Amino acid sequence: MQSVPRAGLRRLAMIAALALSAIACGAQQASTQQAKQDPGVTSSEIVLGATYPLSGSASYYYAIAKGATAYFKSVNDKGGVNGRKITYKVVDDGYNPANTPGKTRELVEQEKIFASFGNLGSPTNTSVRDYYNENRVPQLFVFTGASQWGGQYEKYPYTLGWQPDYQSEAKIYAKYILQNQPGAKIGVLYQNDVYGQDYLNGMKAGLGDKASLIVSTATYNAGDPVDMKSQVTTLKNSGADTFFVVTTPAYSASALVAMANLGWKPKIYLNDVGASAVTMLGVVKTLGRSEAIDGMISSQYLKDPSDPQWANDKGIQQYRDLLARYGDGCEVKDNFCVAGMASAFTMVDVLKKAGSNLTRKNVVDIAATQLNESDNFLLLPGITVKTSKTSHFPITQERLQRWETDHWVPFGEVVSSRG
Amino acid sequence: MTVFLAGGGFQGVIQQVVFGVASGGIYASLALALVLIYRAMDIANFAQGEMAMFSTFVAYSLITFAHLPYLVVFPLTIAISFLGGMAIERVLIRPFEGSPPLTMVIVTLGLFSIVNGLGGLLFGYVFKTFPSPFLASPINIGGVYIGLQDLGVIVVVLAVLVVVYLFFQRTRLGLAMRAAALYPESSRLMGVQVSWMLALGWGLAAAVGAVSGMMVAPIVFLDPNMMQPVLLYAFAAAVLGGIESPVGAVVGGVIVGVTLALVGAYVPGAQNIRVAIGLVIIVAVLVVRPSGLLGRAALSRV
Amino acid sequence: MTRVRGAPLGVLGAAAVGVVVLIGIPLVTDTFTTFEFANVAVFVIALIGLNILTGYSGQISIGNGAFMAVGGYTAALLIKKAGVPYLLTIPIAGVLAGLAGFLFGIPALRLSGIYLALATFALALALPPVINNYERLTGGNGGVILRAAGVPDFLGGALSNEQYLYYLAWSLAGVLFVFARLIIKSGTGRAFMALRDSETAAVASGVSLAYHKTLAFGLSAFYAGVAGALLAILSRFVHPDTFGLPLSIALLTGIVVGGLGADLGPVLGAVFVVWLPYFAEKTAGLRLGGVVIPGKPDIIYGAALILIVFLAPSGVAGLLARAGAAYRGVRGRAVVPDLLGGPLVVDPIAEPADEAQT
Repeated sequence: MQSVPRAGLRRLAMIAALALSAIACGAQQASTQQAKQDPGVTSSEIVLGATYPLSGSASYYYAIAKGATAYFKSVNDKGGVNGRKITYKVVDDGYNPANTPGKTRELVEQEKIFASFGNLGSPTNTSVRDYYNENRVPQLFVFTGASQWGGQYEKYPYTLGWQPDYQSEAKIYAKYILQNQPGAKIGVLYQNDVYGQDYLNGMKAGLGDKASLIVSTATYNAGDPVDMKSQVTTLKNSGADTFFVVTTPAYSASALVAMANLGWKPKIYLNDVGASAVTMLGVVKTLGRSEAIDGMISSQYLKDPSDPQWANDKGIQQYRDLLARYGDGCEVKDNFCVAGMASAFTMVDVLKKAGSNLTRKNVVDIAATQLNESDNFLLLPGITVKTSKTSHFPITQERLQRWETDHWVPFGEVVSSRG
Repeated sequence: MTVFLAGGGFQGVIQQVVFGVASGGIYASLALALVLIYRAMDIANFAQGEMAMFSTFVAYSLITFAHLPYLVVFPLTIAISFLGGMAIERVLIRPFEGSPPLTMVIVTLGLFSIVNGLGGLLFGYVFKTFPSPFLASPINIGGVYIGLQDLGVIVVVLAVLVVVYLFFQRTRLGLAMRAAALYPESSRLMGVQVSWMLALGWGLAAAVGAVSGMMVAPIVFLDPNMMQPVLLYAFAAAVLGGIESPVGAVVGGVIVGVTLALVGAYVPGAQNIRVAIGLVIIVAVLVVRPSGLLGRAALSRV
Repeated sequence: MTRVRGAPLGVLGAAAVGVVVLIGIPLVTDTFTTFEFANVAVFVIALIGLNILTGYSGQISIGNGAFMAVGGYTAALLIKKAGVPYLLTIPIAGVLAGLAGFLFGIPALRLSGIYLALATFALALALPPVINNYERLTGGNGGVILRAAGVPDFLGGALSNEQYLYYLAWSLAGVLFVFARLIIKSGTGRAFMALRDSETAAVASGVSLAYHKTLAFGLSAFYAGVAGALLAILSRFVHPDTFGLPLSIALLTGIVVGGLGADLGPVLGAVFVVWLPYFAEKTAGLRLGGVVIPGKPDIIYGAALILIVFLAPSGVAGLLARAGAAYRGVRGRAVVPDLLGGPLVVDPIAEPADEAQT
């Protein structure tokens, strides 16, 4: 296959758009369309890329890319996608939005990627969203749950999130509180950035005219010492009887331990981000007992490999096998590895759907409007990865869960706050 | 929405002070290690926190894989760290003896990267629980909760302080180390092996850092980045106290801890910028006392 | 050896080659390389500023990233909220940051050595959360997104956006390089160095300590502000994390590695700051024969950093100066400030006759 010179891009996009409308009309594409391909695709290879922190204090996120890489390798060993092997190039931006623009140009201009997949972080992805869209390079399934990734599709059609967005998750808790605790006095602990503010705003929006149920808030900045005693004391002293915890794992553990040690016994809602079973088991181990957090509510969309309920699950079994063969040090109990692998499954799904029509435009349109994936082996049963002409949030469903002694117990139906 | 900041009345204030002192103990434990290196060679060691992290992972491995009891692991880790610190000085720092201080600081920054990377590579980023010799449960005195864990940290920090003090004041080795740092030339003439005194300084700092790491890990959970926030405030604490004074490091640590807790809880609208306000207060104190609270006035060199 | 008005021909030749290489980079390399070398120019400017403060006047700063933040946000907000033309925001950003630096320099007068280091460190640590907090003014944690600067019409579409910004950044770097050199060679520069080498002696000979120390802070911050504005325009995005502690530490590392108190220090330091992480990343995980290099870029970066300062304890500029001196058969000397003590002669040569040659 030949690579297409840049000048031809616009013509190509038009052809792709025409081709797409043909698909929409139900016509099957003939293989004569095959000749038109964007950079990063040959008859034997598809090059994807991503920016991740490989160095520095945010390196733990790199596990997401490792989980994805493991899945791509397994697909390649079985012959790839329609005969094309996936090459996944991950470069280091140190989770610093000053570095991401340069590293993104490295991916696009030097590594000649077809599309980026799974770029990590809100500020980092925001810093290059215009670049991707101006150059019509897909910025697919970015790893951040900020609501802006699905909400600005009209303006940024080449950009798409993947995981459930933070606001939607908060709205699920709000709905639950309104139904089960109408007189709650809520104290919120949140990380003071886009991530934390999204949860807070989602909670307020979900409570609607009952937003005054939130009686106090306390914050910390990412990078502060992991010591939430002072903040938890402030919330406790405000008279709150409900504790909404919007923190990353270490801070979650610190907040819950502080809460127990202060003799505060609120009803707890813990955001999915900080709710891995490993974290909660750490809290139980530190406290020497589980009563303080028993009954705590959280939500989940992925299977948690540390959770005994999935010990014999086929999907988790496959996950373990893949990590053992291709994991490159990714730890089985690291939920980031699960998330990476699950999203790579979706990516492969999109590439399969694109078939021989591997243009950037077609791939991004499939991802943003035609996904309907119900067989992802690492998502909770009943959760579908789905996009349509009107909804560009691939995962909107989650399932509520309740902590009991040493594991999460799912309850109720799979819920969605969008549509 | 109401932003509820104060509350809890006087009891609430006392509670925040108690927590501030507890955090201060953590900062102080690492600040002591920073002071030891500064006394030995006039530089701030940016890798101190990472070395403490690595020591704690050594302890974790001894407990988890060698199944040794905590009471054996604690002194064993201190000993290993002491030797490790000396080895780092001999291999990495010695070639730079006589270099400008800023060059040495850059070497410690390089060391920071190496140790942090090694920690991630060898031990992974999924955080781990690290055992504590103290009970997690608090005691309740008139409605104010005091964590036994926190109390334990303070006691250990004070014990380290006493040991460091006695070492410098009452032992020949300690005396020789101080002399080597203050008057290298005349010490050399007196037969003190100045170069080995530097190695000793690094060994001691690494040992004190190991204690710090093993005290911090049960509270913040063990992962390769756990000491980074601690290092920042330990640095502030050590300088506030007067960089060469071990007592100053502890006093500085407590002041930093209490200041941050009170600003966060009681200055209206400040909880998001408590770090900024706390640092402004610390720098303001330094402007008034340019050699720190317990530091010697700087000698001006002609 | 042949000399033209004191400058050896070799130096002039090297400078000419350097300029040709700089002009050629965007013409022969790809967009990525051009973009990263434009970033180098940004760091050259910031490091010239830090060199004035730390290299020539002997005041340690681990906080110049904060002055870059002032400049970066000034430019970004003027462009975004007031529609000020991109180029016009650069001098405004420099002046505002310079003013901030001058004001910071006043309380800093009381501090020196590690105490000053902490005060500047506190600045670097404190500013990002403050920017984060005042969302209405600064855009908070969402950052500020800018449109592409756009290539001026008179260039008639001859340059891509990246090429244009590259030449803009390097032109500014060139002008500011000459400006800094003029200051350093002037009475003001001599006063800076006199204060660095001995405050007591300098004051005794009539140098105003307060004026020169705060001026050094102001100048340094002016350069940082211009660099911050350029960074904002180049990367089209500013965020509190853009200007965090890692940036300030990168600046300090850059100037020490490049060469404190050396004219070329900022240029070499900037190349190092932008490109060493890249090569560390490419090296990590490589196999050389039977040896597997550790797969974490941090480890390579740290090891390379230590190796470089071992090979060039007075900075790469000092190393080059010595190599050049050795080549010319003239025994040169490079004086590097010992920031906590007196001057330290790195290449100890006793004969005063050397000085007569310059």
